[in-house]
Amino acid sequence: MKTVLKCENLHVYYGSIHAIKGVSFEVGEGEIVTLIGANGAGKSTTLNTVGGLLRPREGSVEFEGKSILGVAPHKVVSQGMALCPEGRRVFAQLSVRENLEMGAYTRPASEIPGTLQTVYEHFPRLKEREAQMAGTLSGGEQQMLAMGRALMSKPRLLMLDEPSMGLAPILVDQIFDIIRALNKAGTTILLVEQNAQMALSIADRAYVLETGRIVNSGTGKDLLNDDSVRKAYLGG
Amino acid sequence: MLTHLINGISLGSIYAIIALGYTMVYGIAKMLNFAHGDVIMVGSYASFCFMMYKNVPVPLALLLSIVICTVLGITIERLAYKPLRSATSLAVLITAIGMSYFLQNLALIIWKADPKWYPDIFKDTAAIEIGGAVVKPVAIVSILVNLLIMITLTLFTNRTRMGKAMRAVSEDKGAATLMGINVNSTISITFAIGSGLAAIAGFLLCTTYSRLEPTTGSMPGIKAFTAAVFGGIGSIPGAMIGGILLGIIEILARAYLSSELADAIVFGVLIIVLLFKPNGLLGKKIREKV
Repeated sequence: MKTVLKCENLHVYYGSIHAIKGVSFEVGEGEIVTLIGANGAGKSTTLNTVGGLLRPREGSVEFEGKSILGVAPHKVVSQGMALCPEGRRVFAQLSVRENLEMGAYTRPASEIPGTLQTVYEHFPRLKEREAQMAGTLSGGEQQMLAMGRALMSKPRLLMLDEPSMGLAPILVDQIFDIIRALNKAGTTILLVEQNAQMALSIADRAYVLETGRIVNSGTGKDLLNDDSVRKAYLGG
Repeated sequence: MLTHLINGISLGSIYAIIALGYTMVYGIAKMLNFAHGDVIMVGSYASFCFMMYKNVPVPLALLLSIVICTVLGITIERLAYKPLRSATSLAVLITAIGMSYFLQNLALIIWKADPKWYPDIFKDTAAIEIGGAVVKPVAIVSILVNLLIMITLTLFTNRTRMGKAMRAVSEDKGAATLMGINVNSTISITFAIGSGLAAIAGFLLCTTYSRLEPTTGSMPGIKAFTAAVFGGIGSIPGAMIGGILLGIIEILARAYLSSELADAIVFGVLIIVLLFKPNGLLGKKIREKV
């Protein structure tokens, strides 16, 4: 299996706070890999570092064999990876359609209609709400929009930060079905989740983060049955 | 009465054009660029010098002053504000005020304190009569120019890729970066547009009032800032409505109440409006579902 993303010995600081302490992990082509862990374990920090929003003080991030550490943050997306940020962060005062267009900002205008079509196939609801301001969507719809927007750049690696946050269980199921479908359609997925049960059940492989360090890793199935993981994250 | 009203709309149109500079920069960079009024002054001196000393034709002089202000705006942002991108808003505010005094004193050194008299470029055009009201041609030109700018800017921000990116940056810089939008260059472009508009406003202002000195930009600058807050800072139509209302109130107050107290009345109205509508007339407060 080809390695798409390779992070080695990442150290990230917020000022003097040492948030990530030597994290290393890999994502292979076609995989769903998840990082699970409690609040403040460093999951989002890791993802934001890969996405170029944060700079590590030490360590390397390689995407398809090329280091992305020297790449300007706004140029990371054109390398072929997209980050769907925590809390969705859709542009509330732009329409659904305009939000999606922003997702394809780095791509030629002629390619947008085709990708838009594909995104609407995954998220028919967005098509219905095309002209609506994103701020007026429900939480689940905003999550779909945030994911659709990330897909508009046609990423080979899609990074999702807490897609289930604040959603009703039925919507969580729906979002995870879509994640699986996107993966089947050929997108490699790196997923950060607090909902460990859900994340592990769809993941090929998983890493457990605790206070800035990876403390456990394995296949999704193995970790679902792992005693320490069950105790800490799956409610016994 | 009609004459005063048209003159008010005309003055208000100039305020509106200046207010756009404040409101756009605030919307994108979340800062109050108090040096904006002084960019107007620099633009006015620039077009004045080209017309009077170099005999450059009026349209070309205006165009050159727009170019100069655009470059000035970008330079101010790069040198003074960009290094403070992550600093507290108070530090940025103080820097903006400092930049304002810097430009005024630079103008004092270059052009001296005694006022220059801006040429009346419409002196050969007769006054225009509309329904019994007689107004100067520059008043009508100001109103038309303002309308043109408003329509162009609205189309730009709603229809073009760059304009939509600007709106995205004004909402969430981090998310915009993730989309591949270069936030720094978007901020530069915003300063460029605002400063270019300042040159146009300066040209109209000085054609209307003729007197040009290093402090020419500060009072209209403050009033246009007031207009931007009045209309709802960050909102383009708000700047337009705020500017025009402010112009009308000022001219009517001057004509019917007291010319000494006109400015006090203008700011008094602002205070009253903000008491009842703290976000301004068209202030953005869309409720977001979370």
